[in-house]
Amino acid sequence: MSDIHANSVAFVRKTEIPPAPPPYAATGPVKWLRENLFATPANSLLTIAALYVIWLILSGALPWIANGIWTTSSLTECRQALDGVAGACFSVLTERWNQLLFGFQYPSEFYWRPTLALVLLFVAAAPVLFFDLPRKLLVFTAVYPFIAFWLIWGGTILTPILALAGVIAGALVYQRLVTGSFAYGFFGGIIAAFIVWTVGGWIIPAGASDSAMLTAVPSRDLGGFMLNMMLGVTCVTLSVPIGIALALGRQSSMPLIKMICVVFIEFIRGVPLITLLFVASVMLAYFFPPESTLDLFLRVVIMITMFSSAYIAEVIRGGLAALPKGQYEAADSLGLDYPQAMRLIILPQALKISIPGIVNIAVGLFKDTTLVSVIGMFDIVGMIRGPILASTEWNGVYWELLGFASVLFFIVCYGISQYSQWLERRLATDHR
Amino acid sequence: MTTLTDPPQGSFRLSMLINDTRYRSLTFQAIALLLLIVSIAYLANNLFANLAAAGLNIAYDFLGTPAGYDINQTLVEYNSRSTHARAALVGILNTLLVAFLSCVMATVFGVLAGVLRLSNNWLVAKLMSFYVEIFRNIPVLIWIIIIFTIMTAVMPAPRAFRGDEPEASMLLGLVAFTNRGIYIPAPVWGPGSLVVVATFIVSIVGVIGYRRYATNLLYSTGKLLPTGWPSLAILFVPTILMFYIMGRPIGLDIPELGGFNFRGGIQVGAPLIALWFALSIYTGAFIAENVRAGIQAVSKGQTEAASALGLRPGRVMKLVVLPQALRVIIPPLISQYLNITKNSSLAIAVGYADITATLGGITLNQTGRAIECVLLLMLFYLTISLLISAVMNVYNNAVKLKER
Amino acid sequence: MKKNVILGALTVAGLSAGAAAAGTLDDVKARGTLNCGVNTGLVGFAAPDANGEWKGVDVAVCRAVAAAVLNDPTAVEFVPTTGKTRFTALASGEIDMLSRVTTWTFSRDVDLKFTFVGVNYYDGQGFMVPKALGVSSARELDGATVCVQTGTTTELNLADFFRTNNISYEPVPVETTAEGQQQYLAGSCDTYTTDASALAATRASFEAPGDHVILPEIISKEPLGPLVRHGDDEWADVVRWTLNALITAEELGVTSANLDEMAANSENPEVARLLGTEGTLGEMLGLDAAWAKRAIAAEGNYGEIFARHIGEETPIGLARGLNAQWTDGGLLYSPPFR
Repeated sequence: MSDIHANSVAFVRKTEIPPAPPPYAATGPVKWLRENLFATPANSLLTIAALYVIWLILSGALPWIANGIWTTSSLTECRQALDGVAGACFSVLTERWNQLLFGFQYPSEFYWRPTLALVLLFVAAAPVLFFDLPRKLLVFTAVYPFIAFWLIWGGTILTPILALAGVIAGALVYQRLVTGSFAYGFFGGIIAAFIVWTVGGWIIPAGASDSAMLTAVPSRDLGGFMLNMMLGVTCVTLSVPIGIALALGRQSSMPLIKMICVVFIEFIRGVPLITLLFVASVMLAYFFPPESTLDLFLRVVIMITMFSSAYIAEVIRGGLAALPKGQYEAADSLGLDYPQAMRLIILPQALKISIPGIVNIAVGLFKDTTLVSVIGMFDIVGMIRGPILASTEWNGVYWELLGFASVLFFIVCYGISQYSQWLERRLATDHR
Repeated sequence: MTTLTDPPQGSFRLSMLINDTRYRSLTFQAIALLLLIVSIAYLANNLFANLAAAGLNIAYDFLGTPAGYDINQTLVEYNSRSTHARAALVGILNTLLVAFLSCVMATVFGVLAGVLRLSNNWLVAKLMSFYVEIFRNIPVLIWIIIIFTIMTAVMPAPRAFRGDEPEASMLLGLVAFTNRGIYIPAPVWGPGSLVVVATFIVSIVGVIGYRRYATNLLYSTGKLLPTGWPSLAILFVPTILMFYIMGRPIGLDIPELGGFNFRGGIQVGAPLIALWFALSIYTGAFIAENVRAGIQAVSKGQTEAASALGLRPGRVMKLVVLPQALRVIIPPLISQYLNITKNSSLAIAVGYADITATLGGITLNQTGRAIECVLLLMLFYLTISLLISAVMNVYNNAVKLKER
Repeated sequence: MKKNVILGALTVAGLSAGAAAAGTLDDVKARGTLNCGVNTGLVGFAAPDANGEWKGVDVAVCRAVAAAVLNDPTAVEFVPTTGKTRFTALASGEIDMLSRVTTWTFSRDVDLKFTFVGVNYYDGQGFMVPKALGVSSARELDGATVCVQTGTTTELNLADFFRTNNISYEPVPVETTAEGQQQYLAGSCDTYTTDASALAATRASFEAPGDHVILPEIISKEPLGPLVRHGDDEWADVVRWTLNALITAEELGVTSANLDEMAANSENPEVARLLGTEGTLGEMLGLDAAWAKRAIAAEGNYGEIFARHIGEETPIGLARGLNAQWTDGGLLYSPPFR
């Protein structure tokens, strides 16, 4: 057979032909360009339009940034140094660097204190953000708020120690009583903490702050980007537990508690933050006893916390609603009571679902801290629009300052949202 | 023979209030009610004590007194002798105006960016995600200030238009971009213009009727009528014809430089533009994400099934993908509209006379009635939000998947 | 976590505050600092300098009061207030006194329940325009765009002025002096109107002050002065007489330089009463005898304060005008110390 075949066919290739390289146009960058940029005529038009936009932006911005001047001490000098060339006067940033970051009233010899607090913030936040770190670091996280408070405000160290003592006492009482009933533990803990604070309040001598290791800084001296960071961190931290409580209250079967939570949440979500800040700046003082004066920072913290906790409550409510009913029923059938079921079964899952939403709220809240400039606080926007742009030297340097503020916010907010996406992938246990 | 006794009843112990599920919820509610009453009483007591100590009272009479200040952009008749209530009305209308304009423009930006972000074109998709990330991660207040600064510091002053060789000139001789705003021609309604407008309205009705007819024809006979060009023709041809038949009754009042400013035409103030544009472009970035999520939420099987039925790509989008995507897009879209309305209160940063700037700003400052003004302000925004939420609930119920 | 800190701090703060007495004077003494509301930034009247230290005429009044009451002119906590927050801050007790170029008007005094303790600057509202505009009178401003600070009496005067002269204008409301200055310089308004002194101060901070003129019309009376809450007359007396002490000191020729010498040697009985070497005026006020001496020592007498912050030697360059002593044809007329 093979002979016949061999005879009837002149040549039979015995080896496989090596695959030919694809045509030039279907490979490498050309193929990528054709598929991704010039697939159809309409697409090509879009590409050209996009290229034009990019060129417009870059041709304006790049020389402006590259020609930037960093070392003059006023706008006039900067204009002279630029000599008619389009360029930025970044020297306003170098000259007013401290004012932009710390405000104009924070004592300059103490700048290390908020800086250290910021560095410690990263240390304290790390074990919360990354689960692989040793759990023991959480102890530092728990102590951090007290350290940060002391570093930034200064004054007698007794105040943060007393506050910490109250928390520890509360936690101990809670642990002792919670075995009996969650309610006993919860209320017992709160009462214990308050007793410690009240008693401690009498013990701390009135003039303790004067001879303290760190000089006390009143909170109206806070300013600049530091103020935005502090408001953002404090209010988000505070509003998560309040938000959880509100969300649970709104899901509650007790009509009165449900009603209180619904009214609160809907009211807060229905009004703009700026009206709440007006409340803080012009109204809230009337609601406290005449002799106690809450400073503006604290009033703003209260209002922003209320604001964000209402939004976080709605996000968590979404998480609770997304859980299959079987989870609730399973918890019931195991004989867990309500606090146990919530702590052990429902909330861990609901919070996991809610993380992207909570992070969105946190980012939004951080951006909204700029609104305090409207009520006369000198955060970074307030500093730019007030003392810096009004000064004789820097009257008219808008873009450098606004650009700087934008970059700061972009770095923080983009960083947080990237972290949230990473976390979402990490926590996606159900699809494995 | 009444030997029957009550079933043994455990005597009531105080601890049952917490440990017995029958009483526990009552206990908690009682505690909550008590706390609520105590805290409200505490706050109210402080309020009245403070007000009494300061010799103040809560009264709303000031709303009826002359406001005494002028407002630069008003939709209704207003002067400095009008009342504070009237000033508040001007503010309300201005809030609604900027909110409406921003909602429309934000939707346009958002839909464009959201669709383009899914484009096959790599460059365009990247450019759009760049837009979304940049605008979402920088506070809206900074955007408002940036755009306001562009309006006031970069645009030419009206006096730049003066002289024989002006530094700036009007676009097409019709529109003037100045640092006080944009001046556009205003229509002048001459006699007979009513007929033209009426014709236009009739044309709109005609277009709707024609489209209905085309759909009915398609469903009953399967015949496909073209809709695009005929609609346009019906919309414009009769109106334009009527415009010339009536002897061009609608003219244009073109803004002219006179005195310090342009006169005539319609002035769209710089604060309004800054607020409008900043809110639109900022919220547009969020809407783009909603639109993208909505389109991606429609499973690929739907598109493939539609194609398998022989529908062309345009019809696949129109008849299959969009109706399903809209169900996902519209609820967050409405809450973005709500956000726009609330964010419009930032008008105060650029001096746009919205409700926060008139009632919550100047009136509050001039009368010193802080509590009253802030309460009214909150009441207004609350009403708007509840209205928008109500609309959203109606919509959600209408499009809810009918579960059987 | 953080909540507890603030609650703890609150508890501590609340208790220490609760222990204080009711009167403002006692409160200030117990606290050790004076909370004084000032402008967020108006050069010459109240503005932080490059080192963040507050300077200006209004600030000097606060310092004088602090020196009189607390024996320390630096024991002042300056609270920057805006047009919106100033009255609430005072009414709610956040600040003890407001010294923020605030016009003394009937409704503020009677309806808002504040006590104006005197006048530290007699002012009037004026207009500033760029020279290039070629305007020489405010009546030529028909159709102009006017930058005006909201929440001030200027806003109302402006409306009245244009209304009575039957000319039109377009207001551009601004929140702060800084903002008004930026808008005006950017050309988004033709003219900037506020108190003439503030106009001069603003113009002084321009790069080219010569390119701008202040129009001759003064369209209103603006007596600016410090104010306190109604109903605490002891405290009002302290602030009122501290201000009067500064004015009287100038009238009697007492300056910060010759203060000790005058106290020791002056033959004039009124000087002796003022400086506490004779009589018990300080005691009547609830202070010690040397209260006025310290107030004058803080930043000098009224004339010295004026000259240092807004006088003709400064970039602001205001003449004394109405603010001269009555003996020099001005309006400053302090009641006698007797």
